[in-house]
Amino acid sequence: MNELLWLSLPVLAFVGWSVGRNRALSLVGGPTNGDESRIELHSLPAHYGQFVLLWAALPPLAVLIAWTFLAGALADGWASVQLESSGLLAEGETPARVLDEVRSGIAVLVGEGANPVHVFAADVLDRVNGTLSLALLGVFAAAAAGGLLFARRRITIALRARNYVERALQIALLVCSIVAILTTIGIVVSLFFEAMRFFQLVSPFEFFFSTQWSPQTALRADQVGSSGAFGAVPIFAGTLLITAIAMSIAGPVGLMAAIHLAFYASESARKWIKPVLEVIAGIPTVVWGSFAALTLGPQVRQLGETLGLEVALESALAAGLAMGVMIIPFVSSLSDDALGAVPRSLREGSLAMGATESETIRKVMVPAALPGIVGAFLLAVSRAIGETMIVVMAAGLAANLTANPFAAVTTVTVQIVTLLTGDQEFDSAKTLAAFALGLTLFFVTLGLNLIALRVVRQFREEYE
Amino acid sequence: MKTKMETRDLDVFYGDKQALQGVGLEIGANQVTALIGPSGCGKSTYQRCLNRMNDVVPGCRVEGAVTLDGEDIYDPDLDVVKLRARVGMVFQKPNPFPKSIYENVAYGPRIHGVAHTKSDLDDLVRQSLSKAGLLAEVENRLDEPGTSLSGGQQQRLCIARAIAVSPEVILMDEPCSALDPIATARVEELIDELREQFTIVIVTHSMQQAARVSQRTAFFHLGILIEEGDTEKIFTNPAEQRTQDYITGRFG
Amino acid sequence: MSSPAPTTEAARAAELRLRRRYRAERIFQACGVAAILFALVALLALIVSITYQSSNALTHTFVVLDIELDADRVDPLGDGTDESLSQGNYVKPIRAALRARFPDVTGRKGKRRLHQLMSDGAEYDLRDAVMADPSLVGTTHSIALPMSDDVDLYLKGDISGETDEADRRVSDKQIAWIDQLERDGRIRHEWNTRFLTAGDSREPELAGMQGAIRGSLLTLLVTLVLSFPIGVAAAVYLEEFAPRNRFTDIIEVNINNLAAVPSIIFGLLGLAVFLNVFGMPRSAPVVGGIVLALMTLPTIIIAGRAALSAVPPSIREAALGVGASPTQAVLHHVLPQALPGILTGTIIGMARALGETAPLLMIGMVAFIADLPGGFNDPSTVLPVQIFLWNDAPERAFVARTSLGIVVLLGFLITMNAAAVWVRSRFETRY
Repeated sequence: MNELLWLSLPVLAFVGWSVGRNRALSLVGGPTNGDESRIELHSLPAHYGQFVLLWAALPPLAVLIAWTFLAGALADGWASVQLESSGLLAEGETPARVLDEVRSGIAVLVGEGANPVHVFAADVLDRVNGTLSLALLGVFAAAAAGGLLFARRRITIALRARNYVERALQIALLVCSIVAILTTIGIVVSLFFEAMRFFQLVSPFEFFFSTQWSPQTALRADQVGSSGAFGAVPIFAGTLLITAIAMSIAGPVGLMAAIHLAFYASESARKWIKPVLEVIAGIPTVVWGSFAALTLGPQVRQLGETLGLEVALESALAAGLAMGVMIIPFVSSLSDDALGAVPRSLREGSLAMGATESETIRKVMVPAALPGIVGAFLLAVSRAIGETMIVVMAAGLAANLTANPFAAVTTVTVQIVTLLTGDQEFDSAKTLAAFALGLTLFFVTLGLNLIALRVVRQFREEYE
Repeated sequence: MKTKMETRDLDVFYGDKQALQGVGLEIGANQVTALIGPSGCGKSTYQRCLNRMNDVVPGCRVEGAVTLDGEDIYDPDLDVVKLRARVGMVFQKPNPFPKSIYENVAYGPRIHGVAHTKSDLDDLVRQSLSKAGLLAEVENRLDEPGTSLSGGQQQRLCIARAIAVSPEVILMDEPCSALDPIATARVEELIDELREQFTIVIVTHSMQQAARVSQRTAFFHLGILIEEGDTEKIFTNPAEQRTQDYITGRFG
Repeated sequence: MSSPAPTTEAARAAELRLRRRYRAERIFQACGVAAILFALVALLALIVSITYQSSNALTHTFVVLDIELDADRVDPLGDGTDESLSQGNYVKPIRAALRARFPDVTGRKGKRRLHQLMSDGAEYDLRDAVMADPSLVGTTHSIALPMSDDVDLYLKGDISGETDEADRRVSDKQIAWIDQLERDGRIRHEWNTRFLTAGDSREPELAGMQGAIRGSLLTLLVTLVLSFPIGVAAAVYLEEFAPRNRFTDIIEVNINNLAAVPSIIFGLLGLAVFLNVFGMPRSAPVVGGIVLALMTLPTIIIAGRAALSAVPPSIREAALGVGASPTQAVLHHVLPQALPGILTGTIIGMARALGETAPLLMIGMVAFIADLPGGFNDPSTVLPVQIFLWNDAPERAFVARTSLGIVVLLGFLITMNAAAVWVRSRFETRY
């Protein structure tokens, strides 16, 4: 039914538009047709239509949006209250748990295995949802009808419909622009909030400086082995190791590729090299991850064994290799921009003195473009640190504090995924640790991005 | 007049468009030769043939002979890198490298391996700056970036940079057009001093400058060399009507 | 190269120096070429390995059996209606047909081994055939039915009869039966169309991408409906109407930062806010769509601003000159001109969203879901997540399916990017 209401919005909009337009026209007795002795509407009839359209469609839209966000919580709250007062809850059982089990289909509802709590909860949910749906329909209809009638009544000849509508549009545009800020605020607030709850259970000192990571918490009070260590240093180290491996590939290859494209490649070569790099950039990371896990990992291991080394199947090298290739286009396109921003006169000045092309590039162009290139590298590092799928699929889970590229290490993003997927209580230290890691990740990448932007901006000022 | 460089029947094409047609000109040693003409007449194109900077322009084709001390510089066996150390260039807009003043001047000698010790290099840098009339102004701040100098100083830095590799010929493409009158005067003085040691070819759109600075003048129009000869003669009693028209300001 | 005549010593040294410089030049050029070749080889390695690994999943092994469709078994209610036929026992007839081919198989263990040759889904295929044509009841029907994934792997060479019997999943006896069926000409290799029509399954030979395809479509629809209008509106405001003040600067900085935030953070936002605070349904396209929309928004805004700023000011001035209000000038004249660029940026943003996995893992799209999603609130999965899940699955036959899934995903992406390029080349005006 929800979908029907959404689909009815354009219909409402059209109805509102026609009503408004016709009303406006009827006030002046039909289209003017150039008869100048008649009183004129302030704006075009279409504007009056738009005026009513706004009032007819926007309130119901607001109702639907509020419903999308609030319906779940409302239904849960109401059902929880009913569950609690039913007295069917067992010792230590929360309404939230029961509702979760019913909704996910785990609970058995008919026949022998059926738990009366679940049956009751399912029934309550059904009734609550039904009532709420009716309520939605009612509020929606009221909003639509109310808006339509209110707007129609306000139509007079003097109504500055066009100005009104344009003003409304401006406000809408402004609101849309603020969505970006809201998102950032949302990210920071939610991460902070959950991370703070984590830091109440585990001290920040332990998190940032201790080297023991084994995140266990008891699911039930009587479980043994409930103590957990939350020292994230091995995780940070693992992230840095894989990032270093990736950058040691992407950095030189990306920069040299950019140099080749900018200074040496012929027109026809450029035509196919650029698309190849763009294809690499467009391949989803899950594909690189699969490649790293199914192909690179075993190959690296085989290579290591023939050399007599001990190589894990999930070596940092395999993951770093795939990540490095993935980042090459990133480095090369940003470096290309940086090199392109250097004025041609510098290149000509150097060539005119009898320098070779490579001398000019190495001693004049790259130093001149250095801030831009450094910025590119920083952004690439930021990208590598935040990369998830390649490492989830190809890197390990065990927190290992080592600098050995053949060992298996884990990264921040892998731990975030591992901690949050699977059945857990949402409030345990284990799941909250993921948010602490997320907060760290957010600020580190933010810091790198800001530094990179500052470096690039200073560089651009030199040439403008 | 001893001939340092010469072009015979020079044709230059940018793609299908012909920029220079059958230009034959002798550049005299230890003199200043001025190339004048209205915008787009091909004088800069001509000058860029003398140090093969046109090689850098995609789609540019050069036909005919260009010689330096009798050798054809477009000979495939000839090394462009060596050529450009013998024929230096100063550009219209000063283009110092984003390095220190010292490093700007030291760049050429370094890549050509001219100076073997640090003290040799120091001497060379100071000599070049002195010849370019800049040493007094910058000798206490050789480590500062070349871009921190004023426009006129930057141009003299570029001249010092060109001198540092001890070229035989210096090409100057409208060297003063981005400078104020005082800086212009300094550079023109410098050009006069330099001609004792170097051969200079200067492209200029200012006829007064050509008259002040050069001994010989060549007048280009629409890709053709109309007339060339002693500067004084060109400006007081030119042989061609078009030269006369240009000089008196009828067009251009 | 100085003016006074050089000594031969100095001249030789200079020659040497020059030759060294040229050699350095050649090495440098070679490095550039090597870099490009490295990238190209890496890409080719990826493509070749995926294509090669996916080839096994293109076809599946079927066996043609003559099945006696006893009315007692197949039509329990005896009236030939759909209701009756759907309740019939189709496993027994299949097993009977198998045993009929190998009559000397006795004993429970042996019979179990024989039955294991068939896929668990064979009974459903048979049932579908009978329900489509109820006249088959009571006859002996010859039909090709899917065999198990292990049989398929054996016939495709992935499992070799030469390894120790204890180490492989197909026993010697089973190999003997399979070879016999092959000699009898009963083995068929059919196109694995189930891959595109069926939903996910624990059995590799029955697993398909239909659920993931639908999930992706629903999710991307939400993403598009949200990010396109809001993104274009924001781009128009920032580029055309916003005053140059501190507040606008903050918005711009924000957008640039959001564009570089790792995608998993958006997933965390979705989990913390939309799932936990608002109680929206886990793993649903509506939540996934909102999260991806927030992630795609900066891309569309930046592309939109670039497209708008490329429209020459003369168009705005001309519109104002004939008396249009600023809003009308933008809406009627500037925006239409910028539309091709905006569309190109949007399509590319959608393509990127299609390949995103991490944020969707965070909002719960990790569970095994066999049913096809019916609406925006039903739990579902998307293409990249499906690939991720199959990558982790233990059965060996899923390796080929992971790669084939990648092929399908890449197919969609290539189409979308080609569409973007087409839009750009067809509609873009150059000024």
